[in-house]
Amino acid sequence: MSTATLDRPDDRAARAYPAYSRPLWRRVLLTREFAVIALLVAVYSYSYANVPNFDGPLTLYYLFLDIAPILLIALPMTLVIITGEIDLSVASVMGLSSALVGVLHADAGWSLLAAALAAIVVGAVCGAFNGFLVAYVGLPSLAVTIGTLALYRGIAQGLLGTKAITDFPDRWTDLAKERIFGDGSSYPMILIPFVVLLVLFAWLLHFSSFGRGVYEIGLNDEAAHFSGVDVERTKLLLFVLAGAVSAFAGIYFTLRFGSARGDNANGLELQVIAAVLLGGVSIFGGRGALHGVVAGVVLIGVISSAMRLEQQTVNKINIVIGALLVLSVISTTLLGWAQAFLSRRGRGATTSSGPSTNER
Amino acid sequence: MPGTAPEGGAALELRDVAKSFGSVAALRSGSLSVGPGSIHALVGENGAGKSTLVKIVAGVRRRDSGVLRLHGEDVDFGSTAESKAAGVAVIYQEPTLFPDLSVTENIFLGRQPLGRGRRIDRAAMYAEAERLFAGLGVHIDPRRPAQGLSIADQQIIEIAKAISLDASVLIMDEPTAALSGVEVERLFAVARGLRDEGRALVFISHRFDEVFELCDTVTVMRDGEYVSTDAIAETSVPQIVSRMVGREVAELFPKTPAEIGDVVLEVEGLSSLGTFHDVSFSVRAGEIVGLAGLVGAGRSEIARAVFGVDRYDAGAVRLAGTPVPARSPRSAIRAGMAFVPEDRRKQGLVTDASVARNVAAVIRRGLSHAGLLTNRDENRAAGPWAGRLEVKTSALDMHATTMSGGNQQKVVLAKWLATEPRLLIIDEPTRGIDVGTKAEVHRLLSDLAGQGMAILMISSELPEVLGMADRVLVVCEGRITAELPRDEATPEAVMHAATATVHHTAEGISA
Repeated sequence: MSTATLDRPDDRAARAYPAYSRPLWRRVLLTREFAVIALLVAVYSYSYANVPNFDGPLTLYYLFLDIAPILLIALPMTLVIITGEIDLSVASVMGLSSALVGVLHADAGWSLLAAALAAIVVGAVCGAFNGFLVAYVGLPSLAVTIGTLALYRGIAQGLLGTKAITDFPDRWTDLAKERIFGDGSSYPMILIPFVVLLVLFAWLLHFSSFGRGVYEIGLNDEAAHFSGVDVERTKLLLFVLAGAVSAFAGIYFTLRFGSARGDNANGLELQVIAAVLLGGVSIFGGRGALHGVVAGVVLIGVISSAMRLEQQTVNKINIVIGALLVLSVISTTLLGWAQAFLSRRGRGATTSSGPSTNER
Repeated sequence: MPGTAPEGGAALELRDVAKSFGSVAALRSGSLSVGPGSIHALVGENGAGKSTLVKIVAGVRRRDSGVLRLHGEDVDFGSTAESKAAGVAVIYQEPTLFPDLSVTENIFLGRQPLGRGRRIDRAAMYAEAERLFAGLGVHIDPRRPAQGLSIADQQIIEIAKAISLDASVLIMDEPTAALSGVEVERLFAVARGLRDEGRALVFISHRFDEVFELCDTVTVMRDGEYVSTDAIAETSVPQIVSRMVGREVAELFPKTPAEIGDVVLEVEGLSSLGTFHDVSFSVRAGEIVGLAGLVGAGRSEIARAVFGVDRYDAGAVRLAGTPVPARSPRSAIRAGMAFVPEDRRKQGLVTDASVARNVAAVIRRGLSHAGLLTNRDENRAAGPWAGRLEVKTSALDMHATTMSGGNQQKVVLAKWLATEPRLLIIDEPTRGIDVGTKAEVHRLLSDLAGQGMAILMISSELPEVLGMADRVLVVCEGRITAELPRDEATPEAVMHAATATVHHTAEGISA
């Protein structure tokens, strides 16, 4: 019978608990994140050994150049999806920011830096509009962002019509393609802002009280609200971040191809979401981690890059990536079985008829 | 051996039924024998295996071993559809109806009577529903949508559904937990009527006065095992309680007098359109103030508004003299409030998160080092509080999903006590909790008050309110209709005030 009291707990008398129920290797290895990383390593090693030219210096360089926008936007998207929401308007924000940079720089004569900053601010405002409708008005994010997907894209194309603006200073277009460690290296400059953002988002999601709230909102937003998590403000902030990072990705996209168009990055939102889900984030919210997402994005990049080098068509690449995505969703169930099986064996096994459905 | 139950013609019989989930044995040897025309109580602490037993009979789970007989025939249900077809119906504490369908459509879901051209014969359906309700002696419009029905009415719908399926065995899993006195009476009348029709009823409840009022036989379970079966007339509450816990339970409501200090919480003129009006009261340090009243009187709504979870239209809340901003649980927490809500699974904790994350959920802002919050920080902070409340878990990273209600409540309490609050608001502190843990919670609340914490307690169990509270505020239809000091708080006085404007007797409100 308890004699619980309010005294600050001290070590005496109180029951002590082990921190973890499973050994470290099982906690680390039996996760979706690790499965994605293992798959990435396997596919990469295979391609490196077998695919012609995959080991060339240009492969990795172009791979990073290509996936950079997805890498960037996947960061805030991961947090948005963990709260149980979704943002489908990210590619439209990229298009809008691209058009805006073009118009402000070429037609209005702003410096590129000023135009870029303005585009990022507009991206944040676009995200705030999404976030306001979702968090404060209480509309479903799927519907809201399908609407703003069309809205922002429409504004972008209204700004530029069908024309493209291509006269950007070489200094800036070169910067987008520059390598970090000089000419021979495979790492483009865009990885620097990516790594900075990665550190920021990893801290936000995994090492801050805010991030704990993000997971709680995804698992049970009512309980989160009852424990003092500001659900509305958290969601608003995440949508603002998604908008701002998308705008930044749009600027990179513009400079990399030296072309500002309203239809830039059309359809990229689905690639981002696919990569995030492949990386182990649950579409229902509450589950996922950034290392898995980064591995997921790179995995998709490696597969398309290797298959392109093998002279496969885009259609075949899409089929493979689509199948992989479906498999990754099924793998949650498979992993659950594996864990249940291991823990049964580990604890010396009582016979149980039929799959025990209550274990996750 | 279930000796007193009718041996030959048992409607439902379980013998040595076992069920394990992984390595956890939820049910070791469950036995139960219910005769037709009998209301059989099934009692036991949370985690005793009652729910698992019910799920096996309902076809939700498959047993690992043991005998399950229905009217003398061995059966094995692989799905709820099979058990329904065999004549078993389960009424849960909170029925799950389709809110947008009408009452009648809910009853006949999936087996609507068809008229000409295979079109649904609505007229026949409504007529049948009316006949069912008349048979039960209740008045519910068969055409109204299920949305907005009280839980009591929803249970009646489920019962009507069971009768229309001609169920011979009805299992009611804590049906009265969320009902007011009048509603309980009506449910009992319906149950007695079903018994007299020769159906077998199993009634699961934590409230002994109900068990003794309604049932004729009682089976006790403990730790997944059958303990005893007795005729109600031949047993007593203390006897059953000691069998349930396997030991003598200390006095249930051990409120010890505490020194009453300064005013901690002041609520002034709090109003929210349509829910409560002009509510004013205060709670002092060391004092337990009970909010009593019927279910739906607005007690929880008042508490939620004070804590800032819900909005309010007028009035003010002050903690230790400082105004607390409205509509902000975070400000309330910062001011020193803690709130243990009514619905543990939905509001109290995140069941899919670990014990450590749950316990550290409120205090975690202060746990980070150099801006970093790690699992280790949370574990270190959560462990001692979980231990202090004797949370039963094998490790801090276990999820709360599979825990019993009492254990979950301990996690919620650990989470809030970790904030070291000045005011604890606790809504239904012991709902759905077994007797042993109940006494622990009561002693804890008493200790907390003794150490100078102000406690605002909402409870639908009158003995709990009367036993624990230094002062009882009675809420009726959104207004405080009486303020009774401990020595004037009698069941009659509270009930009188609780039904001040409601013109029917609420005899035998939950106890």
